[in-house]
Amino acid sequence: MENLISIGVRSIFVDNMIFAYFLGMCSYLAVSKKVSTAFGLGVAVVFVLGVTIPINWLIQNYVLVPGALAWLGPDFAKLDLTFLQFIVFISVIAAMVQLTEMAIEKFSPALYGTLGIFLPLIAVNCSILGGALFMVGRPYTFTEATVFGFGSGIGWLLAIVALAGVREKMKYSNVPAPLRGLGITFILVGLMSLGFLSFLGFSL
Amino acid sequence: MSTEAAVIEKVEKKAEPLFSKKNKKLISNPLDIDNPITVQVLGVCSALAVTTQMLPALYMAASLTFVTTFSNLFISLLRNTIPSRIRIIVQLAVVSLWVIIVDQMLKAYAYDISKILSVFVGLIITNCIVMGRLEAFAMGNKPWPSVLDGLGNGLGYGMILMIIAFFREIFGSGSIFGFKIFEAIGVHYQGNGLMLLPAGACIILGIIIWVQRSLNGYREAH
Repeated sequence: MENLISIGVRSIFVDNMIFAYFLGMCSYLAVSKKVSTAFGLGVAVVFVLGVTIPINWLIQNYVLVPGALAWLGPDFAKLDLTFLQFIVFISVIAAMVQLTEMAIEKFSPALYGTLGIFLPLIAVNCSILGGALFMVGRPYTFTEATVFGFGSGIGWLLAIVALAGVREKMKYSNVPAPLRGLGITFILVGLMSLGFLSFLGFSL
Repeated sequence: MSTEAAVIEKVEKKAEPLFSKKNKKLISNPLDIDNPITVQVLGVCSALAVTTQMLPALYMAASLTFVTTFSNLFISLLRNTIPSRIRIIVQLAVVSLWVIIVDQMLKAYAYDISKILSVFVGLIITNCIVMGRLEAFAMGNKPWPSVLDGLGNGLGYGMILMIIAFFREIFGSGSIFGFKIFEAIGVHYQGNGLMLLPAGACIILGIIIWVQRSLNGYREAH
């Protein structure tokens, strides 16, 4: 249990998807102009990460790794399908995103309208595939992978809501014209990332 | 920004015999006024993550250019046969194919680099530049312009990548392509650790955008 809490806290604060790895920057920068929209997208990311990482864990450990197909019979015991990792993971992610999109369209048309093009783009949000690839690189069990998935998603949500909050206030400040918009946002993200560095060496 | 001008010149010269003026624009625009990173804000993740040194950044830029060019070509060839409802998954499948090829090649011929790039080669699949170009350009244009568009955007991405990597490597560890330039001229240089941190990359990119927009007059509507 302590182990799980530690993984959760690490994935939210220390190994934050945005501030430590810069995964999912495209939608992070584009949708962080308003707190409400940012929150909506963040929740969608938490959901998709929390669902796809356990599914990809199962696929990785029961289909792709060398020897994982032993349950199909001795002929398959030596098969190594890890080179198919990318294409299998991304298909799972794309399918899950499609499902999320349908669910949001049905239950919250207003949110669907505001998220617009960024919902399908969750499929190509680097943090989702990045999360799956990090999960493969670390020796997680199924429960740990699930916690890691949700934790990373919550970290991403936290980061995007924080940035949206700052950007809303930013409208009232006098920024040099060429720096306005994207430029100042990058510098902001850099400063926020420095702040998050203070979580380094934080252990539970 | 003399490197920028040099890159544009070189590309246009190579392009001249086959290309109309419009086609040339497809390559030169992404380098400046339509840059994938600084204007379209696509593919930022890897631009920040792999740029602590110039060599891995160069490999990354080359891999991405390869993937965008060929994915654009394939999707453009298939564009009339892809049902629009499942187009995203078809695009992802085509892109993954090329990324798998690049990944296996890097593992075979440049293993050390592929270790440094770690997950970021795989993440080319979800690099917004690739998907963005497929969706915005290759789905509606003929194969040849699509190839040029992919090439141009790959180069535009590579250019920014190399500029960021240059500043991060020279200020962070005092070297260029791993060559200790300050030691070579006999000056002691204490590396600036901030540049090697993710935060340094963000701030440098912010400043690059500032400089570029001051030069070309591009302003964001607020």
